[in-house]
Amino acid sequence: MAGFILARILQAIPVLLVVCFLAFLLFAYVGDPVAIMLGQNATLAQRIALTHALGLDKPFYVQFVLYLGRILHGDFGLSYRLGEPVLQLLATRLPATLELSFTSAVLALVIGVPMGVYTGIYRNSWLSRAFLTFSLIGVSLPTFLIGILLILVFSVWLGWLPSFGRGTVVHIGHFWTTGFLTLSGLKALILPAITLGLFQMTLIMRLVRAEMLEVLRSDYIRFARARGLPNRMVHFGHALKNTLVPVITITGLQLGQIIAFSIVTETVFQWPGVGFLFVQSIAAADIPVMSAYLILMGTVFVTINLVVDLLYYAVDPRLRLERRAPAAAR
Amino acid sequence: MSAPAAAGPAPAQPLARRLGPLGRFFDSDLWYSFRQSPVAMIAGAVAFVCIFGSLLASWIAPHDPFNLATLSLSNSFIPPIPMNGSEWAFPLGTDEQGRDMLSAIMYGGRLSLVVGFSAVLFATVVGVAIGLIAGYGGGTLDAVLMRVADVQLTFPAILIALVVDGIVSAALHELHEATEIYVIVFAIGISNWPQFARTVRGSTMVERGKEYVMAARVIGISGPRIMLTHILPNVLGPVLVIATINLAVAIVSEATLSFLGVGLPPTDPSLGTLINNGNSYLFSGQWWITVFPGAALVIMVLSINLLGDWLRDALNPRLK
Repeated sequence: MAGFILARILQAIPVLLVVCFLAFLLFAYVGDPVAIMLGQNATLAQRIALTHALGLDKPFYVQFVLYLGRILHGDFGLSYRLGEPVLQLLATRLPATLELSFTSAVLALVIGVPMGVYTGIYRNSWLSRAFLTFSLIGVSLPTFLIGILLILVFSVWLGWLPSFGRGTVVHIGHFWTTGFLTLSGLKALILPAITLGLFQMTLIMRLVRAEMLEVLRSDYIRFARARGLPNRMVHFGHALKNTLVPVITITGLQLGQIIAFSIVTETVFQWPGVGFLFVQSIAAADIPVMSAYLILMGTVFVTINLVVDLLYYAVDPRLRLERRAPAAAR
Repeated sequence: MSAPAAAGPAPAQPLARRLGPLGRFFDSDLWYSFRQSPVAMIAGAVAFVCIFGSLLASWIAPHDPFNLATLSLSNSFIPPIPMNGSEWAFPLGTDEQGRDMLSAIMYGGRLSLVVGFSAVLFATVVGVAIGLIAGYGGGTLDAVLMRVADVQLTFPAILIALVVDGIVSAALHELHEATEIYVIVFAIGISNWPQFARTVRGSTMVERGKEYVMAARVIGISGPRIMLTHILPNVLGPVLVIATINLAVAIVSEATLSFLGVGLPPTDPSLGTLINNGNSYLFSGQWWITVFPGAALVIMVLSINLLGDWLRDALNPRLK
């Protein structure tokens, strides 16, 4: 087990290095920091002095190592657009993104799994057909369009829910802000969370349905029925349990999708998270923020993949057995 | 459209010759399966209308939304048909500049389709080439290429497209306007190649071991030529399926990037840009500027998705 974890972590490091290298390339070759900092009227001597002070006259690989060192100390530079340290910017925006992503993921699971179980068991009922049609529409509707339509119906026409921002937030600790504790915060969360979670919800539903159909045909379900167990027990105790392995994997990997698509949702709802910050930074060519976001996302995705792998390993006992006795006949 | 590989048993041969390529297509299994599936026929008809409506936009659109001489600000914000006193000049209403929404949607759809097609073509060419090389070559090169594909697949495609678009746009800051469409095609294409590469690599490895490839090698045909003329035609089936589904993905990606404001400029709007533009007027009650381009996008994507689903089943020999 320990060897497996170690190997996976060692595999993740080169990926992170590549991401850091890309971020560094962005930093080093897009735009001219000396020109930006000194302005148009600088003398050549001033330029040379600043180039030296910033270490830009050092060899390429030395600059990369220095850059890595700065990142490890949490120094991502100053935002060109806002003039604040990038780390601080990201830290104040991150809670908004995490709360939104977390709520959407929970929403997608809590609604998607029961819908999948239902459509798997009652294959031909009209409700199952309705769910499946709904899921087809959910897959074909682009995220930003779902957001716009929800705003149109629930904010513009009905006026029930706010269309932008996080509402009133409560500060917890140094930089964490939460919208969970106020009514306006919760109301502001509803539309973005549905927007972000809808696609994953339909995906989870289809996945659980397919797995349930597969499992319900297998022998041990037939034996469970022959033993006279009630339907509820067979469906939830026996069948659902075995569908959960792929569901966990896909949900874990979908968490990455949720974080990626939070960029879109945050832009639609002007949600003050890191994704919205990133889009604004692209528009303004704010390189330090872009490269820091790149590294942040790289770390998040590598971590998600690592955790999903380990979880898979923990959930499926067959993987452990195979590793312990590789020679044993299957 | 080319005739599929499964053209039928031997007796069909003289008939097929009499029919010519088009007749052979209508005589094929694929066409038969198409005729048997009502969903595929409806989706096909809708996709046909969308594609031709957009491609022929400059001839059949009622107005030219980019000809400033025909625009009049007095026509701005006209609501769509039942609400505007049945004024047939602007069936879907007009936007803030007095542009006819129907015409704008047709022109925008054309741009969305062109970007989508080009991005998929780019991804297909890159992916198939890498897949062939990795699958046929094997060894270290294969391991390296597939590792790169694996790593890229751990990141969502839309994020990669956004980052690539952001980086290239920032690097080409001066030439931004002129190169934008190429940048977005490149960004979406590069975010989708690993799927093609993986599929092609798998089928190439199967084909490589077959006798006709060995025979070709024995008579001294060069590697690239075996890949292109012998293996390639036999691995294209799945590629066609992925490409169809990817077309829908690429169109949505373009719309998403344009909506985020990093895609195509407002002077030459795609469907995503139109939706983004209409979004500013949502609160003042002009919902049609957003909803109609959005509906057009969904109809187009849904019909392409359904066609892709049907094609996947039709080309799957296990389901026959």
